[in-house]
Amino acid sequence: MSADRPPAEGAEPIDEERDRTPVADADVCVIGAGPAGGLVASRLAEADLEVVILEAGPRFDPADRLARQERAIRPAYDRPAVWDGDPERDAHASSGERFYPLNHARVKGVGGSTLHWQGMVMRLHEDDFDSASARGVGTDWPIDYEDLRPYYAAAERELGVSGADDNPFAPPREEPHPMPAFRPSYSDGLFAEACDELGIAMHSVPNARNSETDDGRSACVGYGTCQPVCPSGAKYDATVHLERAEAAGATVLDRVPVQRLEHGAERIEAAVYATPDGEERRQEADAFVIACGGVETPRLLLLSESSRYPDGLANSSGLVGKFFMDHCFAGTGGVLDKPTRQNHVGFLTSESHQFYDEADDEIAPFKLEFFNYDGPSPVGLALSGDDWGDDLLERLRAEYGNHVGMGALVEQLPREDSYVALDPEQTDDRGNPVPDVHWSVGDRALETVERVNEIQERILEELGAEITWQVGPEDTGPAYHHMGTTRMGDDPAESVVGPDLRTHDLENCWIASSSVFPTGGAMNPTLTIAALALKAADDVRESL
Amino acid sequence: MELTRRDAVAALAALGVGGGAALGVGRLGRDPDADGGVDAERIRETQVAAAAVVYPSEVSGTREFVETFLEGRLEQPAHAAALEEAVAELDDRAESWYGDAFAVLSVADRERVLEQVGADTADEDPDGTTAERIRYYVVNELLLALYASPTGGELVGLENPQGHAGGLETYRRGPEA
Ligand SMILES: Cc1cc2nc3c(=O)[nH]c(=O)nc-3n(C[C@H](O)[C@H](O)[C@H](O)COP(=O)(O)OP(=O)(O)OC[C@H]3O[C@@H](n4cnc5c(N)ncnc54)[C@H](O)[C@@H]3O)c2cc1C
Ligand code: SF4
Repeated sequence: MSADRPPAEGAEPIDEERDRTPVADADVCVIGAGPAGGLVASRLAEADLEVVILEAGPRFDPADRLARQERAIRPAYDRPAVWDGDPERDAHASSGERFYPLNHARVKGVGGSTLHWQGMVMRLHEDDFDSASARGVGTDWPIDYEDLRPYYAAAERELGVSGADDNPFAPPREEPHPMPAFRPSYSDGLFAEACDELGIAMHSVPNARNSETDDGRSACVGYGTCQPVCPSGAKYDATVHLERAEAAGATVLDRVPVQRLEHGAERIEAAVYATPDGEERRQEADAFVIACGGVETPRLLLLSESSRYPDGLANSSGLVGKFFMDHCFAGTGGVLDKPTRQNHVGFLTSESHQFYDEADDEIAPFKLEFFNYDGPSPVGLALSGDDWGDDLLERLRAEYGNHVGMGALVEQLPREDSYVALDPEQTDDRGNPVPDVHWSVGDRALETVERVNEIQERILEELGAEITWQVGPEDTGPAYHHMGTTRMGDDPAESVVGPDLRTHDLENCWIASSSVFPTGGAMNPTLTIAALALKAADDVRESL
Repeated sequence: MELTRRDAVAALAALGVGGGAALGVGRLGRDPDADGGVDAERIRETQVAAAAVVYPSEVSGTREFVETFLEGRLEQPAHAAALEEAVAELDDRAESWYGDAFAVLSVADRERVLEQVGADTADEDPDGTTAERIRYYVVNELLLALYASPTGGELVGLENPQGHAGGLETYRRGPEA
């Protein structure tokens, strides 16, 4: 925190003169310090391997969390500013049929996008791994739910998930969640009456958020600003695993964006990174794990093209960057003639996965969410109006208090015309072509959004709400889950990595990211990312 | 509704400043250097005077609330300096339009000054125009302190507003509780 600027302004990354020289004799070089990279690094460091993590963004000071919360509340700051987003470093293009707001969908720094995330974590359903055979669309994963099941349980322990066994639609599990679920909210109770009438079952939400003090981290204390910042640390973020990795002897270098991967025909030899003083350095290692998220991972591979691999590294299938997917958001909300008690906490306590497994070739899987923060937050309204005093209070009372809202995530299928590519027209602060997220969504997803809207309307009407907003097929947006761009498969002609998460082309390169998802399902991806990261770590360890 | 010292400490805690106030070390006016060389008295008087405009008439206890809150905020030298600058500009306008410092004008005249400066319609911006800075440092500073505190939230029916660590019970309570 800088005392030279006002509190909200004063939050700034830790800017120490750090040694950013390459680590000698590294066994493993992990690129990216989000949850995927953090989990791989902590696992391998705890197995006594020499691990170095290269992270493009800075290290944030935990003491600044409240100042960042002030940024989250005050209208002077946009979302990317909460975590010091830098428009030049993070430049991007969006040339698809739908705009993709990439810098609202990620954070660069030690902790990665989990610094900003919401933190709901659920397992994919069994059919999500067999989309082609079970639903007749998309493609099958080369692994099944059963293969990932022990890794899911381990991931729930690692992230510290609060959950309950009350979801009749969830896939089978072997042990309870590490912590009890958060109890339903007051508004969940209102929804429950309506859903009962309609025969729709509600259940708890597994949250990567402490319902109790755990492992030295605080229990949730109700700040209500989870997205984009949890000041108490009750919400999991990947700094937990980066710290664990460092405690086990790993080296984390911040502000060292990897520019390209130097390689021979079959192996990566070094990751070339830039340092803040403008130098370039080479980190050599026996194994490389790319964990840069679903957009920067394919970008780094494409930037690493060579005469041997003119279309980019690990890209003999031609599929690096292809099949970009996100989850489509569908939502409906309104007002009741009574208080609904919104905006006390910033997370969800109830969902319904009832319709999820009815998916087929025409209707996509989707899950329904019941909001605890629909409608405006009074403090936000107060800071952005044209009034004050009694007029302001009157407006706050009129605008806050009786909102109800529902969201939903809908699967989109992998499509060749939805992709991440390099934009040759535009470069970032280091002169590298920026990522162009060319996002398009097919009819199955859009028709499902429409069906979701109908269900949401039925529930809200049963509740007696007057509907005031809806996000439907025309204006659906992304849920900030970047998937599909280095897909996993058995056939090297049809995929980038194998079921062991190792690239088909390069024997010492693994990818830990939702970029390996062949299809997306409709569950938030990070628990699956974490499970796959643990699986990748096992494979790296065995291979060394 | 009565604003208390506890509210001010809660508001400060939410904003990550104010070790002194949060620890109950009241040192108002005792150590001229502690406030980073700014005229803390003038800032306090002006902010208390502005609160009479921007806070609803239902709240009482404003002076102690604002002073306690400011104790913490003034510990940040940069914030104190920028706040002082905004307050000085407000006083300048008050002097030239109404012939006196902002704090000694009638509440109605203070409101006119704030409106004529344009602080009502301006978007807050710490580096912006005079209107935008007065909105950031004077008006919104006060509104943030109030509406991120439990009593401020309660005025609207939300005893655990965003920014306040109000625990895990309130979200489950019904309106009648
Ligand atoms: C607002 C929001 C809400 C979300 N809510 C949820 C939710 O409720 N549940 C859920 O499951 N998911 C949620 N997500 C998604 C979740 O944050 C991501 O799935 C998760 O963080 C991905 O982890 P990762 O490690 O693969 O990538 P990231 O967390 O994005 O980390 C990647 C890291 O790699 C670094 N990097 C990139 N390129 C390079 C390079 N060339 N060299 C070095 N480092 C590099 C980046 O700086 C970054 O720190 C949300 C996301 C957002 C933005
Ligand atoms: S409500 Fe959200 S921001 Fe507040 S403590 Fe709980 S998890 Fe953190």
